[in-house]
Amino acid sequence: MLNRRTLLAAASAALACLAQFPAAAQEAVKIGLILPMTGPFASTGRQVSAGVKTFIETHGDTVAGKKIELIIRDDAGVADQTRRIAQELVVNDGAKVLAGFGLTPLAMSVAPVATQAKVPTVVMAAGTASITKASEYITRTSGTLPQYSLPVGTWAAENGIKKVVTLVTDYGPGIDAEKWFTKEFKSKGGEIVEAVRVPLQNPDFAPFLQRVRDAKPDAVFVFLPSGVGSLFMKQFADRGLAEAGIKLIATGDVTDDDILNSMGKPAIGTITGHFYATAHDSPENKAYVEAFKKANNNMRPNFMSVGGYDGMALIYAALEKTKGDATGPAFMAAVKGLSWTSPRGPVSIDPDTRDIIQNIYIREVKDVNGELQNVEFKTFAALKDPEKAEAK
Amino acid sequence: MLTILFDGVAYGMLLFILACGLTVTLGLMNFINLAHGAFAMAGGYVTVVMMNRYGISFYWCLPAAFIVSALIGLVLERTLYQWLYQVSHLDQVLFSIGIVFMAVAATDYFMGGQQQLINLPPELSGRMDVFGVGVGRYRLFTIIVCAALALALQLILSKTRFGSRLRAAVDDRRVAMGLGINVPLVFALTFAFGSGLAGLGGAMGAEILGLDPNFPLKFMIYFLIVVSVGGTSTVSGPFLAAMLLGIADVAGKYYVPAIGPFVIYALMIVMLIVRPNGLFARGGR
Repeated sequence: MLNRRTLLAAASAALACLAQFPAAAQEAVKIGLILPMTGPFASTGRQVSAGVKTFIETHGDTVAGKKIELIIRDDAGVADQTRRIAQELVVNDGAKVLAGFGLTPLAMSVAPVATQAKVPTVVMAAGTASITKASEYITRTSGTLPQYSLPVGTWAAENGIKKVVTLVTDYGPGIDAEKWFTKEFKSKGGEIVEAVRVPLQNPDFAPFLQRVRDAKPDAVFVFLPSGVGSLFMKQFADRGLAEAGIKLIATGDVTDDDILNSMGKPAIGTITGHFYATAHDSPENKAYVEAFKKANNNMRPNFMSVGGYDGMALIYAALEKTKGDATGPAFMAAVKGLSWTSPRGPVSIDPDTRDIIQNIYIREVKDVNGELQNVEFKTFAALKDPEKAEAK
Repeated sequence: MLTILFDGVAYGMLLFILACGLTVTLGLMNFINLAHGAFAMAGGYVTVVMMNRYGISFYWCLPAAFIVSALIGLVLERTLYQWLYQVSHLDQVLFSIGIVFMAVAATDYFMGGQQQLINLPPELSGRMDVFGVGVGRYRLFTIIVCAALALALQLILSKTRFGSRLRAAVDDRRVAMGLGINVPLVFALTFAFGSGLAGLGGAMGAEILGLDPNFPLKFMIYFLIVVSVGGTSTVSGPFLAAMLLGIADVAGKYYVPAIGPFVIYALMIVMLIVRPNGLFARGGR
């Protein structure tokens, strides 16, 4: 304990020094991008970094007279690593902005570094509501679980669904999703028959699905991290839940565009709520998808890639506003209230919470020209994160 | 109720096929091979590549998965493993865990980190009603294949000449060699066979358990539970252990979801206290 404390003290002292003497290299703004590039969440890292690179390719690498230098580091999805890398990036490499963060615990672990070193930190993927509360220097360009779970509840209640079983993964984001879906659905007169939580390391969904089937609800609301989601989808179909009249409604993580196409027929008809679909119909998105596929071997961009792309859009716009000044307070002041048109639609940064305000779309999985796509059919415009809105 | 039992049996069968290769190497060859899951993963990826890239029928993929994994096992046994039979268990563990990490990284590099999905032939997907009990077709298929394999394995080990040579080689390597048994050959074949079984398990499990580069790490714990509860001196021990764990896991998660994941560990602890040498341990081992 003593060791760790001394180390921390030393690190913060070093950080304090750094804050007083801005690094000599004024011409370049270094951005430290920390992502899980290996390990179980590597697909997150791959998508986010591809989004970031697509932005730099399409918008050039200079902004407000400064050159943008990207330093990508792999934390393998382990929180202590994320924190250590963040410290190294700030102290040794002189990174002015930190970005990335695939999962909630990874983003949380960096919050003290961001606060002490006054480094602007852009969360591009992690989705638990409380992250932006952890430090004044954190902002977000993905979305929060409450933000896109709540509209699914609204939609379900308005479309003749009366009884629902919720099934979520038993960790931060899952509990967020369960809470806000339940709250909204109940307030609109719906009934939650049962709330099932699935362990994060879960090889077989059979028992949980059987439980859902035996409860005979109108629909089952699901949140699962994207890779597991696809496995769930197959077992859902195999167990004949659809024939038993149980509809599948979910957050968009389950029908992740990256793997949606390989899920095959069972996925068709699933209703999900999320902030981005590859099939989103706008000129900005068409241009984005085209540029992204070209640069990435025809891989489909998913919501995480857009988090990365917009994270860069945010950094560029903020630097434009501060005329290249990337110091914490100035940068964060510029971030607040920024708004732009993203591939996902209009977005802005809430000046009070530094979290993103965006449209949430309700989509249905359909076969479009031989490819499965999330097709949007209803829009909830300009939603704030409900958790922080309620706290006020 | 019966559906839960059925799902539990199917899951247990799958665990058995995945773990029984480990029983063979651990129990019969006295080698702790934590990289066992890597062979299972190889089988899974063979299936995925054959089905998704080349559109080969699922039924051909299963034997292919067995053969490819067995060949990989054979090559690795000849080049790497055979030097480690005589070293301490700790070295074996370190060596094989190293192989696991290399396999995980290599798979991630070549195949990508995402979940791999296969599309089963239509006659294996969906479910049917048998006397009012909902039965998943694929799970039924799994049970049949795995049960046949378990039976065959038991017969090979107890009734054939190869089986008795293998048991002799394990019990006393020097005497067996003195009797003219080609021990390295027996071990190599056994190792390859065990790896092949794992590959088959991986191929069959891809549909139910999922498949991504972290497969060997994710399931290592399950293999080890099966082998430690079942004991390593027989085939029937791990078989029953796998059944028991499969049913307990599925039933636990169904009836008491709040503590569901904990059930198998509790069961393991109880079993290890009651029968520390495995379910059917011979006295004195």
